[in-house]
Amino acid sequence: MATAAVPPPSDMGDVGGGRGRTRLRRFLSGIARPYRNSHGVGRFMLISGTVLVCLMLVMAVFSPLIAPYGFSQVADATGERFGNHLEPGGDHWFGTSTQGFDVFSRVVWGARTAVTVVLLALAFSLFIGVLLGLLAGFIGRWVDRVLVMIMDSLYALPALLLAIVVAFLLAEHVGGGTATAALAITAVYIPQYFRVVRAATISAKEQTYVEAARAMGARPITIMLRYLLSNVVQSVPVIATLNAADAILTLAGLGFLGYGIQPTEASEWGYDLQRAVADAGTGIWWTGLFPGLAIVLLVMGLTLMGEGLNETMNPAIRVRRLVSITMPSIDRATARRDDAAGGTAGTTGSVDDLRKGDVR
Amino acid sequence: MTEPVLSVRELRVWYGTEHGPARAVDGVTFDLRPGEVLGLVGESGCGKSTLGRGVLGLLPRGAHLDGEVIYQDRNLVEASAREIQRLRGPELGLIFQEPLTRLNPLLRISEHFEETLKAHEPDLPKGEAKHRSIEVLRAMGIPPTRYRAYPHEFSGGMRQRIMIALALVLRPAFVVADEPTTALDVLVEAQIIGILADLRRNFDTSLLFITHNLGIVAEACDRVAVMYAGRIVEQGPVNDVFARPQHPYTQELLRSTISLSTTGLHYIPGAPPDLINPPSGCRFHPRCPKAMQVCPQRFPERVPVGPQTVECWLHGPDELMPDGGREILVREEITVADEA
Amino acid sequence: MEMRDLEVHFDLRSSALARLLGSAGETVKAVDGVNVLLRRGEVLGLVGESGSGKTTLGRALLGLVRPTSGQIRYGADDLASLPQRRLRVLRRRLQMVFQDPHAALNPTMDLRTAIGHPLRIHGLVSSRAEARDRVIDALERVGLTPAHQFLDKLPAELSGGQKQRAVIARAIICGPELLVADEPISMLDMSVRAKILELMLDLKRELDLTYVYITHDLATAKFFCDRVAIMYLGRVVELGPTEEIFADPKHPYTRALLGAVPDPDPERRVPRDLPRGEIPDAAAPPHGCSFHPRCPLAFEPCGWEARDLRAMFERRWTRLGEDVFANEQPLVAALDDVKVGDGTARIRVPSNRQVSELAGLMEEAQAETPDDPLWRGVVGVETDDDTVVVRFHEGSDPGLLRSGGVDVACHLHDPRLRPEGAERRG
Repeated sequence: MATAAVPPPSDMGDVGGGRGRTRLRRFLSGIARPYRNSHGVGRFMLISGTVLVCLMLVMAVFSPLIAPYGFSQVADATGERFGNHLEPGGDHWFGTSTQGFDVFSRVVWGARTAVTVVLLALAFSLFIGVLLGLLAGFIGRWVDRVLVMIMDSLYALPALLLAIVVAFLLAEHVGGGTATAALAITAVYIPQYFRVVRAATISAKEQTYVEAARAMGARPITIMLRYLLSNVVQSVPVIATLNAADAILTLAGLGFLGYGIQPTEASEWGYDLQRAVADAGTGIWWTGLFPGLAIVLLVMGLTLMGEGLNETMNPAIRVRRLVSITMPSIDRATARRDDAAGGTAGTTGSVDDLRKGDVR
Repeated sequence: MTEPVLSVRELRVWYGTEHGPARAVDGVTFDLRPGEVLGLVGESGCGKSTLGRGVLGLLPRGAHLDGEVIYQDRNLVEASAREIQRLRGPELGLIFQEPLTRLNPLLRISEHFEETLKAHEPDLPKGEAKHRSIEVLRAMGIPPTRYRAYPHEFSGGMRQRIMIALALVLRPAFVVADEPTTALDVLVEAQIIGILADLRRNFDTSLLFITHNLGIVAEACDRVAVMYAGRIVEQGPVNDVFARPQHPYTQELLRSTISLSTTGLHYIPGAPPDLINPPSGCRFHPRCPKAMQVCPQRFPERVPVGPQTVECWLHGPDELMPDGGREILVREEITVADEA
Repeated sequence: MEMRDLEVHFDLRSSALARLLGSAGETVKAVDGVNVLLRRGEVLGLVGESGSGKTTLGRALLGLVRPTSGQIRYGADDLASLPQRRLRVLRRRLQMVFQDPHAALNPTMDLRTAIGHPLRIHGLVSSRAEARDRVIDALERVGLTPAHQFLDKLPAELSGGQKQRAVIARAIICGPELLVADEPISMLDMSVRAKILELMLDLKRELDLTYVYITHDLATAKFFCDRVAIMYLGRVVELGPTEEIFADPKHPYTRALLGAVPDPDPERRVPRDLPRGEIPDAAAPPHGCSFHPRCPLAFEPCGWEARDLRAMFERRWTRLGEDVFANEQPLVAALDDVKVGDGTARIRVPSNRQVSELAGLMEEAQAETPDDPLWRGVVGVETDDDTVVVRFHEGSDPGLLRSGGVDVACHLHDPRLRPEGAERRG
């Protein structure tokens, strides 16, 4: 966002291209840095988390190709119904559910829903949270006080309750689709970004480079966007990843309670779980296990990734790796004498001492 | 000729980094005699702080120590952490750069002193502890009226005096002062330097005075050791070293210092070397105005020159000089791109 | 953009600036009634210890700090009352170099953007290519060559000296007239300092700049400045051409500062007579001349007050030790809550009997340190029932007065106040 404020390039010649490449390289190396710098448990968490999340992302992006059936499909192409509570195997890898949906397809489509909702929610809450945090931190005074009060009262509400209220209010106007769920979750996470960004802004505001910008004659808006924003968003990726994990749970919770996405709109793991509750007692395990497992894996992946990032990027808990070195015992002393008129090597210390003695 | 309080022989402190070992201190030898103030000067990153802490065994994890630090017939390099811990305070003291961060804001000055004394000399009666503390504070110029004040009631200079008093109340034989006046104002700095220079008269304490300011060394120290890239390149009595510097680095450093008598600007081109891959041979040769052919080839020897000891091929020894070693070294021009 | 010149003389007159730092109703006069004329093309040094207000004054000159009162005339404008919008436009001409080069650059901005940013802010370039050329030009001017190597670097990739060069490049890119340099070399290594100073001198010549050089380091001030203003507790105590001030410092504070500069040349070392104590609390500055409690030459009109008496006792106890302290402390305990700025100090003792004891103590103290300037300020000691009253001479604020080639704020140099036959001690 910070770099986007450069005026439209009028002469993207060789120079501009070279510069663009530098930026791209810097951006890529910025992404790669945590992976390169991490080690030990942090590295394990980061990489296993990333693998899990990527797996889920692939499932979400290619769900039309991966899923054999649609998410609300109860009959195959010939019009023959699947039948309810079919055991896993054959045409239905994960079996079918009470309503006769193919569980595997539901799980795969569910990934798409989860990813879409979480991404939307993250984008909204990041945008609003960061913007408000920046404003509150930079302007201070009454703006700060009012915003902090609103955010604190939002924060005081239990997350799920807040999401339910927002979902309930929105359902009347927007309907029960992905957008509603995303907005409901957005409301939950805005205060978190707000707090982090506000705190970072307040401390960054006192930096000399901000005063330097004022001395240059920059307007407050320029200072905020060009000098503060890029420096205060650095802790955001970690929170965003951890919040994404939390958001999956909130989404599933909404679905489970029936305030989330309507089954006709998209496949949703929480809703499936809720429908499977009754099955559990009758020995039908597959309807509950697979959506549940999907939730656990995605949440675990995001959490591992977030914690791994935190461990490598947060200076407060980052442990510097101790690189063990072997110190050559006296090789330098001998090495510098190797080619000299031999024989003096062993006597360095005593010679030095003698000289010292003379000095005294 | 008295026995040195502390003698350091071929001390090396290396830090492990991702790119290889950083040779912060690389073969340093010096002696500290009783009641002597030894100034340790160098630019930032030359390893002078590491040396000061290495001598006291106060290094972060990951630092490797090698060589000898002989104190009272014991080699501190090989001593256990507990042993050094016991010595620290009553025998070895340390004065830091930022006095505010080292005093507990919730404790009165009196409590700081009484705690310290109790920890190291538990048999000392309370009245005696107070008396001793007030006496030391008095010597530092802190009036007895302020004995029960809190740290925040003192100015920066006063706090540094308190820190010095706190280090001295245990009557250590040896104190390391790491840039003790850097954060202070000119006048206060001069006052503190005066106090430190008087230490030997009042307390019989030896002092290793780490600073980057050559003027302070001239004012406060008996002897000076000039450090460059982990080595002591020149050491000797202050008056001799400053009047007749023998190592080109000392000469250049003295010339580039701006003092009241400065009439023209002078500086050393280039930047201090990377401690992970230091230049071959003499580490100063890429910046040295007098570099010779031999300089990048061989490590210079420690050579006595008058009262000084110098690590520079200009002063020989001739028997180790290879053929043609004295010829001028041709180097690439140093640009701002390599500047510090 | 062409050099726009309003007058041949570049006037920047500031007077009576004071800044309010409002906490618990206390007023800290960071800058307290300063009159300085800045001439075009000169280097004016603002020299003082921390807390002397030199940095605040420097920032006020750029409008970064709003003066509480007073004027800063720049051309036809008064910077002190100009609205922010107009001020922002003027910033092009007034630039600043900061003390800490590591903090003065946005860590996430590459040099090309950072140095070129003032151009964009003031709309001085129309295309990116032009901006790039200007940035390269600025980089080359400050010696960061080859410039294209530095364009895409981030501040973290530069050394301290290079960062300071970049900061200077950013300051000169708009073609300023005035550069306020706040301790530009104090955070740098010895071997780089000279380089940055030399660069600044070169730029001054090439770009016809005027500098305000803020520093606590008299050695660089002597070398670098044409005129210096010595500041103490928010006031200018001595102002004049560098050569005159350094050759013949008039104010005792200037002398003290000069004496405190450590010199690496062992032959030039002189035994020094340092002023006692430290800079007093700016929230409650001493009465009269702010330097009088520390001044070895202070005399009658310098503004003596009860606090000085207390300081005298503290010095006495520090000198004489714990036992004397234990004996005498109860006698003067009441001195702790005495009124400030009153011409007298009333010390109430616990019992009438002790009145004479205290009076005797005062005599003893005077007899022991007859040279303490405090006694010059004491008119007399009277005893009441249970109170000892110490009367002081009436004090007054010294103003800047012409003395030889310099202006100095010290009663010693005021012909009306100077004691008869008092020779100027060197």
